[in-house]
Amino acid sequence: MSYVKPKFHHPSLKPNKVGYNKADYEGVISTLCAGCGHDSISGAIVQACYEISLEPHRLAKLSGIGCSSKTPTYFLSNSHGFNSVHGRMPSITTGANMANRDLIYLGVSGDGDTASIGMGQFVHAIRRNLNMVYIVMNNGCYGLTKGQDSATADFGSISKAGESNPYQGIDLAGLALELNATFVGRSFSGDKNQLVPMIKAAMAHPGFAFLDVISPCVTFNNNKTSTRSYSHVRAHIESTSIFDFVPEQDEIRVDYPEGKSAEVELFDGSKIHLSKLAPDWNPTDRFSAVNRLHEAKSRGQILTGLYYINTESKDLHEMMNTVDTPLNTLQQKDLCPGNSKLQSINKTFR
Amino acid sequence: MKETNIEDPEYFHKVVDCQYACPAHTPVPEYIRLIAAQKYTEAYMINWESNVFPGVLGRTCDRPCEPACRRGRVEDEPVAICRLKRVAADNKGEVKHLMPQGPFKSNGKRIALIGGGPASLTVARDLAPLGYELHLYDEWGKGGGMMRTQIPAFRLPESVLDEEVNYILDMGVVTHFNTFVESMKEILDKDYDAVFVGTGAPKGRALELPGFKEAGENIHVGIEYLAAVAFEHKDKIGKNVIVLGGGNTAMDCCRTSKRIGGEEVTVVVRSPRKDMKASPWEIEDAEREDITILNNMPPKEFIVEDGVLKGMLFGKVRAEYDENGKRKLIPTGEPDVFIPADDVIIAIGQDNSFPWIERDLGIEFGKWDLPKVDELTFQSTRENVFFGGDAAFGPENVITAVAHGHHAAVSIDLFCNGENIHDRPSPITNLVSQKMGIHEWTYDNAIAHDLRFKVPHEDKAISLKDRKVEVELGFDEQLGFKEAQRCLNCDVQTIFTSNLCIECDACVDVCPTDCITFTHNGEEEDLRTRLSAPAENKTQDLYVSGVLPATPRIMIKDEDVCLHCGLCAERCPTAAWDMKKYLYNTAKTYL
Repeated sequence: MSYVKPKFHHPSLKPNKVGYNKADYEGVISTLCAGCGHDSISGAIVQACYEISLEPHRLAKLSGIGCSSKTPTYFLSNSHGFNSVHGRMPSITTGANMANRDLIYLGVSGDGDTASIGMGQFVHAIRRNLNMVYIVMNNGCYGLTKGQDSATADFGSISKAGESNPYQGIDLAGLALELNATFVGRSFSGDKNQLVPMIKAAMAHPGFAFLDVISPCVTFNNNKTSTRSYSHVRAHIESTSIFDFVPEQDEIRVDYPEGKSAEVELFDGSKIHLSKLAPDWNPTDRFSAVNRLHEAKSRGQILTGLYYINTESKDLHEMMNTVDTPLNTLQQKDLCPGNSKLQSINKTFR
Repeated sequence: MKETNIEDPEYFHKVVDCQYACPAHTPVPEYIRLIAAQKYTEAYMINWESNVFPGVLGRTCDRPCEPACRRGRVEDEPVAICRLKRVAADNKGEVKHLMPQGPFKSNGKRIALIGGGPASLTVARDLAPLGYELHLYDEWGKGGGMMRTQIPAFRLPESVLDEEVNYILDMGVVTHFNTFVESMKEILDKDYDAVFVGTGAPKGRALELPGFKEAGENIHVGIEYLAAVAFEHKDKIGKNVIVLGGGNTAMDCCRTSKRIGGEEVTVVVRSPRKDMKASPWEIEDAEREDITILNNMPPKEFIVEDGVLKGMLFGKVRAEYDENGKRKLIPTGEPDVFIPADDVIIAIGQDNSFPWIERDLGIEFGKWDLPKVDELTFQSTRENVFFGGDAAFGPENVITAVAHGHHAAVSIDLFCNGENIHDRPSPITNLVSQKMGIHEWTYDNAIAHDLRFKVPHEDKAISLKDRKVEVELGFDEQLGFKEAQRCLNCDVQTIFTSNLCIECDACVDVCPTDCITFTHNGEEEDLRTRLSAPAENKTQDLYVSGVLPATPRIMIKDEDVCLHCGLCAERCPTAAWDMKKYLYNTAKTYL
């Protein structure tokens, strides 16, 4: 078994604008099962960071416990990282983000880590509109403990053991919409054309960007009767739109069919281009997104793509009106204005 | 694009770049793995079957395999394939019992082989086990041809050559040494069933500039000079020597001169350095022995005073190239340069020479007085006469002569059995999975950056004293092992079975060199631009699958820089990828 990936790269792949090759964004070779959807999501994160020319030290990756939460070892080896306690990734991220607002925070979690043990943490991170990307690698089962149904497993989905799931599954994207999350989307590990630009857009979004990524568990939940198998997802997938992320400085290269295209400008000047596949859906209208999601579900379809984006998003720092300087770099002289200032303040109370 | 037909024996053959580039198609990775496993005898025999002279070629081959080596595309320098071959030859055990054992039952057919060089010897080896009576004619007293007369002993020790020539002669070849064939008619009158001409390109070109006649004995023709030294007819040369020419013969001439009395040895070439025909490593070896190489200086005149050669006069030029890359040498106008010399050796090329073939025998000659020879069968316009080696299409090299010999032997055998000689036998191929366990392969698939190892050399002070001391010492077992580990095992092929694929993308994500793409089909031009990494090297094929089961996409793999590391197969959950070893052997008469 190989435990080292060769350091060679394709000679026609050039370094990006900041001088890094794609391999510089990779991690160590994965120890997840061969064919795990999570590895594809790791691949999409690597691709996205390479393409937006992110300097690796500008990002912190955080995770909880589970197969999904192991993945930060397999990407962005040169970035900051914190593998936290089960379900507690959001609170660790909150603390880190409060201390240093200058980093991009990439939280990686799974369906168990988010929808079961970490549900309380998850909903509060949304409520606070913490500036982070929150990726759930959602395979509908507990892969690390041999494939029991998780809280997001669909009602009636039949696992490898042959049991039909008697419980209703939690739709994390629907929940995020309900809680007024400012960026919500769903994608599929097997569709990098959609997933890579969605990760880029999520990183550019100022606020809580939630991506629920369906990621088949190839070992325990890839049987034909499961609603999270590669074949089932491929047969039932539909998209809100053809999605493209255009960084601020780049020109738009894709021609979209007239009347169907929509453009959403992000806070930093970059744009999301959408070629809408459903006429009654508007990415900035939360109700149309909720309706669209329910409508697809009622037809047994899995809706992917961007659901909703709030272009007026105000993140936690903005709400709390903190200073622009990261708190962890404030010195004593910044924090303690001195005796004369204290005296003058005290005077106003006399 | 159409689905790639991997049943075509040439498809995966092309992926094994070194083997494909080798004229004799030696299965290079196969023997390199054996060297790494210290199975030198087996490695030698794989070579011997394909290229007949592993010990000779391991020292002197032109190495067309090395520029083709994939290592050279992903790292700086190719695997030292040639020198690894020598490791096998140097360390092998007893091999003779592994070769076809005579005496062979006669099939009643008699073949004449004219010339005792690599082409004729290859024909002899391929035909002897089938019971042919082979008559080998050569003007010298020993077999080997140009390998003996033109390659100096400090590059190729006589013992190595003798050993490999004798393996063939000992198969029962009837030798007619010291016999210069003066007439093809006489040979044909002896009623051979077929005649093979492997007489090489034995005529060195002269350069009759002013003063040529007067200088007399102090002007030598390169290949004649090398032969005279090899057979010890000549053991001295003047202190100041000029060698004219920029090819490998010129390099051998200057280095030989340095060993038999030459002190100031200067190679003068009319063209720029980069246009010199000599192999870069031969130039390097000459310069290491303090030989001066001067470029852009065409010779003008031999300066002779009182009947004694004093030196030569050279002009000065610069090269200009037109848009077609055609070169013109333009005089710079600088004054001519005089270089003193006691002897001048002219090594500016060599030609075929067939004054001994009468022109009324039905053997037609064409351009440059070369015989008209079929490129597939090596048959001349007279059906029982075949040509091979340099005699067929002009000067090439040993490995090409060997390849010609194999083809000609197949033709002669078909011809003598009354079969159609254009109906060529197919190559022998085999494709076997290398899987030993879930993630275990039979070959070492861990690939790392490893710079090419240098071959150690004999101390200059020792080697320059005696022309028979071999300069290159060869890799020892340890260095040989390390260099062998640089081989990427390109013969272990990535085989894709599209109906097993679930399109999980694991192979795409893990591939270190981004060779694999799943996308919609299109024309090749278009596809090459929209892969994970643009496939700009058009000499390398794209491996295209059929339409996949789940989406209307196809798998495309750019063969160009695939490391054959097997990670795609290791990360594939359904074994849609497998690593299978592809063995390709050109058909030979006795196999």
